[in-house]
Amino acid sequence: MRPTAFGGKQLRAFDRSWPGLTAAPAKPPRPLGGIASDALVRHLYVHLPFCAHRCGYCDFVTVVGRRGQHAGYVDGLLAELELERELLAPELETVFLGGGTPTFTEPRELERLLAALPAAAEVTVEANPETVTPALAELLRRNRVNRVSLGAQSFQPELLGVLDRVAGPDDVRAGVENLRDAGFDNISLDLIYGIPGQRPSDLAADIGEALGLRPEHLSCYELEAKPGTRFTHAHGEELRRQAEAMEGYFECVVEMLIGAGYRWYETANFCRAVGGRDLRSRHNLAYWRGRDYLGLGIGAVSTVRGQRWRTTPRLGPYLAALREGRRPLRELELLPDSVRREERVMLGLRLDEPLPFAAVAASVDAEALARLERLGLAQRVSLGEGEPPAAPGALTLTPQGRLLGDAVTADLLA
Amino acid sequence: MDLERIRNFSIIAHIDHGKSTLADRILELTKTVSGREMRAQVLDTMELERERGITIKAQAVRVNWKGNELNLIDTPGHVDFTYEVSRSLQACEGAVLVVDAAQGVEAQTVANAYLAIENNLEIVPVVNKIDLPQADPDAAAAELAELVGGKPEDVLRISAKTGEGVADVLDAIVERIPPPSGLVSAAAPPRALVFDSSYDQYRGVVAFVRMVDGAFAAGEPLRAMAQGTRFEAEEVGFFSPTMKAAETLGAGEVGYVITGLKDVSRLRVGDTLTSERNPAAEPLPGYKDVKPMVFAGLFPTDSDDYPDLRDALERLKLNDAALFYEPETSQALGFGFRCGFLGLLHMEIVRERLEREFDLDLLVTAPNVAYRVLERSGEWLEVHNPAEMPRELDAVEEPYVRASIIVPKDYVGPVMELNNDRRGRFDHMEYLSPERVLLAYELPLAEIVLDYYDQLKSRTRGYASFDYDVAGFREGALARVDILIGEEPVDALSMIVHRDAAYSRGKALVERLRKEIPRQYFDVAVQAAIGSRVIARETVKAKRKDVLAKCYGGDISRKRKLLEKQKAGKRRMKQVGAVEVPQEAFLAVLNLNDGSKK
Repeated sequence: MRPTAFGGKQLRAFDRSWPGLTAAPAKPPRPLGGIASDALVRHLYVHLPFCAHRCGYCDFVTVVGRRGQHAGYVDGLLAELELERELLAPELETVFLGGGTPTFTEPRELERLLAALPAAAEVTVEANPETVTPALAELLRRNRVNRVSLGAQSFQPELLGVLDRVAGPDDVRAGVENLRDAGFDNISLDLIYGIPGQRPSDLAADIGEALGLRPEHLSCYELEAKPGTRFTHAHGEELRRQAEAMEGYFECVVEMLIGAGYRWYETANFCRAVGGRDLRSRHNLAYWRGRDYLGLGIGAVSTVRGQRWRTTPRLGPYLAALREGRRPLRELELLPDSVRREERVMLGLRLDEPLPFAAVAASVDAEALARLERLGLAQRVSLGEGEPPAAPGALTLTPQGRLLGDAVTADLLA
Repeated sequence: MDLERIRNFSIIAHIDHGKSTLADRILELTKTVSGREMRAQVLDTMELERERGITIKAQAVRVNWKGNELNLIDTPGHVDFTYEVSRSLQACEGAVLVVDAAQGVEAQTVANAYLAIENNLEIVPVVNKIDLPQADPDAAAAELAELVGGKPEDVLRISAKTGEGVADVLDAIVERIPPPSGLVSAAAPPRALVFDSSYDQYRGVVAFVRMVDGAFAAGEPLRAMAQGTRFEAEEVGFFSPTMKAAETLGAGEVGYVITGLKDVSRLRVGDTLTSERNPAAEPLPGYKDVKPMVFAGLFPTDSDDYPDLRDALERLKLNDAALFYEPETSQALGFGFRCGFLGLLHMEIVRERLEREFDLDLLVTAPNVAYRVLERSGEWLEVHNPAEMPRELDAVEEPYVRASIIVPKDYVGPVMELNNDRRGRFDHMEYLSPERVLLAYELPLAEIVLDYYDQLKSRTRGYASFDYDVAGFREGALARVDILIGEEPVDALSMIVHRDAAYSRGKALVERLRKEIPRQYFDVAVQAAIGSRVIARETVKAKRKDVLAKCYGGDISRKRKLLEKQKAGKRRMKQVGAVEVPQEAFLAVLNLNDGSKK
């Protein structure tokens, strides 16, 4: 989904001191060796930061309003795409437009962008329900978008109010309907739990409402209130109460969705498991499987051949650089093999598919693994074909282990 | 010097009653220190020593007053070390007892006055700070006269700050305090009392001595009679106030001997020095081996600092023969030292010096007292650590103290209540004045080591003053309470408590631990047990969720950093069986009372 997560603090640090910022590499990065990298990148993320307003809990890189700048920003994205084009494979697997509110972008500019982006097997756009008119659904459809992720968050009007969301429950239903009418057969809904004022029965009702819309995919997140934000300040006491209820919420989500026939394929992601289609998000799977990805736009993160960079989150400097044909400033991070292995474990164990053990064995504490196996939290499983049963080649977490995934990962990597 | 013209005296006072200021004024008035050199509190020289790069304590200063040689022997600043005070007093014939005109007699004043009387010292009572607006010199003088058995009009009234009356104090020292007695003859076998010592990194152990008989000369071979340590007097001399070498140190005089010894433990305070060539037959009375009574484990917060802690203790020990330490290994806290102290203040000072002067971060376990245990085999065993207390035993004895508490009469009730809670035995009560009462109790030392003083202060709104000295061992109905975390006994949390309190203390501790121990993958039982009998039990419920919901391409680095933090947190945990326990939990027992009050 969104490879952009700048908390307010990080943003300021970025602006003031530019730690680790470098002028962008003139040449495409070389592989660091060790862990295999993709020769060419097959996953593209495009960040569209514009929003009608900023929701209280949001910590993404967003820009409110500025309709006058949408055209210039799309120019910037396309210029950046040209600069990085040589990193991309001729055929992409996935393209993902995240935000912000991508569907808040001026329709003409959104269409111009979609038309100019490379084709891909899965093209996802994030949308806020109230923006999904029949016309917008049509626009997306005719520009090869085949998956829409709708930020429903909740179906309780009061809770949506707490989150500053514009859409009401009816907007969500209407949005889904408009997408269906336009022919979309891969719709994802986002739900948030742990909202100040939420009761366990509210969550069950939200899940029930969501299931009623028969989405192909569901993402369910706990509300992450960043310390120091106005939202956290305003709801401090209630957030603490919600934090205590969080484990109950999480169990409720998992139980209800599995009960409804969904596959719990990633910690917070579920897909319909009927009809033989693989409805997992291919784009997000790429992140969790440690594949390379290129991110375009302000605050976007890329990971290519052992390097990770984050483009400046500031709109002005971003556009200025691209107007001059330069790469915008980036914060660069080198990922040595040990780090990449750790990330493989950290991300791979979020999935329900087994993680091949050989590639990460050097980073896994064998004693901790044995202990976690005894506790019924982790297990070694067979990779299949011709493998001796005594030495199963893959690692996976049990359902209980997945609920405790961060602690288990910390133990395994200790 | 003619013995008739020598006076040896100490100044004893409750803390902040003006001992140091009076000492300063005496140095100034006797021109021992010129006005230019005069700095506030010359005798409290720790800072000064460091500035000058030497480590000599000016513990005994020689001043001249109207043709007399007066030796002012400083008692340690931390005067509740009864033993340290008493050995300083043994070097004197008299003491100036100072009381604050606004505060009156305090518990420490009483304890010190009794010590002085026990040592047959002539007491010069002085009421200080008469210049203060809230001073009540008449009331203070009446209390003081009552205490030392004199007349209020004999009590001197001074202000050390302004200098008013200080000359009278010097005159009174000459008039009232008797000169030293001893064998002056050069042929007499010399005997000198070591009343303190210090360590200088270049010159070794410096002994502070009071010559009783005969004389020492520089270069003379000497012997410490109790310990048998032999050395040569590299230099003898006196303080005025810095070290001044002299050819000899004669009977009745106070001064120093530079021994060249490299280890203070070879020269114990209280020992008698004599000449190798002309040895005395009998040592002076007064030597007693100091026994630490309060013990605690000291562990470096960072286990890498263990060697630094060892070096620091070694260096402290050079100047502090009463400090005891031995290596201790705790399954929970790692490598450290079990240290023995004379009392609570001693423990505080050692800890503070380790942290301040040696820059160490320490984890100090709950203090406990020394126990004497009669084992089934019939052997008596001294136990310094609750974890070493045998589970099978016939009898246990614990140290008791004689405590004096002085409070305004309105607070007698609350103090008696506190003392009853703490298994105190009432001894007697005395009215020092119509307003102030002295309560004398016998209390188990174990009942005062944790938070007695804080409780006393809070129940008397800060008015109580308190002092104690150890009275000896008594049998007690004591039980060893063990704490088990996930079925594993935890040595660092064992405690020895009175049987009547075992249940409530055990319960309070397991409740506290339940809050301190983070939730694990499984339920963790926290139990308190006496032997195999569980007396309290709590459960730390297993956690059901520990994973961040959202993690996409832009979250990975941040997520990885959070993971690093989580890993670092785990590394700081101590492993008890399969359970991860934070270090702070091991200190839970220290704060038990805070916790149960709220």
